[in-house]
Amino acid sequence: MIRYDVLKTLLPVLDDSLVVCNIGSPSQELASLADRPGNFYMLGTMGLCSSIGLGLALAQSKPVLAIDGDGSVLTNMATLATIGNNPVGNFVLLIIDNGSYGSTGDQPTYASGKTSLAAVASACGCETVIECTAEETAKVVKDALASDAMTIIVSKCESGNVAVPVIETDPVVIAHRFMAEVAR
Amino acid sequence: MPKQIDQQIVDDLVSQGIDFVTSVPCKQLAGVLEVIDQTTAIKHVPSNKEDEGMGLCAGAYLGGMRPAIIMQNTALGVVVNTLATLIQFYRMPLPMLISYRGEVGEKVACQVEMALHTKALLAQLHIPTYHFHRPEDVAELPGILAHTQMSKKPTAILTDASFWGAAQ
Repeated sequence: MIRYDVLKTLLPVLDDSLVVCNIGSPSQELASLADRPGNFYMLGTMGLCSSIGLGLALAQSKPVLAIDGDGSVLTNMATLATIGNNPVGNFVLLIIDNGSYGSTGDQPTYASGKTSLAAVASACGCETVIECTAEETAKVVKDALASDAMTIIVSKCESGNVAVPVIETDPVVIAHRFMAEVAR
Repeated sequence: MPKQIDQQIVDDLVSQGIDFVTSVPCKQLAGVLEVIDQTTAIKHVPSNKEDEGMGLCAGAYLGGMRPAIIMQNTALGVVVNTLATLIQFYRMPLPMLISYRGEVGEKVACQVEMALHTKALLAQLHIPTYHFHRPEDVAELPGILAHTQMSKKPTAILTDASFWGAAQ
């Protein structure tokens, strides 16, 4: 399974969760699969998906799922220390780890080499860290969203992208409708 | 030991509805951070780097809070992309309380190098910029914070060594 297949399996388990989705292919693939007001698409700013997700979870009580990637977490790896030291029960960080920079031509990341992001998350103080297969991901995410424990999930999947259009929705519209969904 | 000015700055943040603060520390801002940690009306989540901090602020804003970031001017070298593609692109209000290192009174020569670029970078980014040089300049803070929310822009409040040295 590639990222697109994992995203497709997530759709039935999202319910009313607020989703912060990583820049590039992940957001484009999610928007093409199922656009919803509760999706915040990152149009730029590589690396900050998990930070936005944590800030959002700390600010309000609805469940938050940040859909990040291995390359982006490596870009902002200190985020795992901030997350580990500021646990909040409504936050789930899903790192879709395909071992590559998908949006830029599938160049390998160090997560495909010697680096384990699950081990880094644990060492940073994150108490519930689950590494799973692509096939197991939807069930693990569903359980994590329903639980009161902040959970970091590393979903190991294959490298690859699906050709979908770029997101043309204005960023101000994305933020505005998302904030209305938060307040609903 | 915090000074009266530190308490006044935090009181202004609270009175203008700031309830989420992230920070990367600077010696000049230590007193403000100490007061913030004693202020229950503000949730303080320290960050490791200022771009990460702006991500936290963006999330807090989307979640209905009113964030601010406390940082040093050297960090402008870190956050240009985040300001342009996240804070400005999505039109998020974000007051940046900035220690303006490298101005007259500075003891560390290297700090002068980024001081040279500070106002130029902020001007290039079209960020409303306010410079507190004398203690009485702090009276502008509530208005600046209100202006930030109204305009939905990042704003920069530069606080230099003369300001901190003379303030009680």
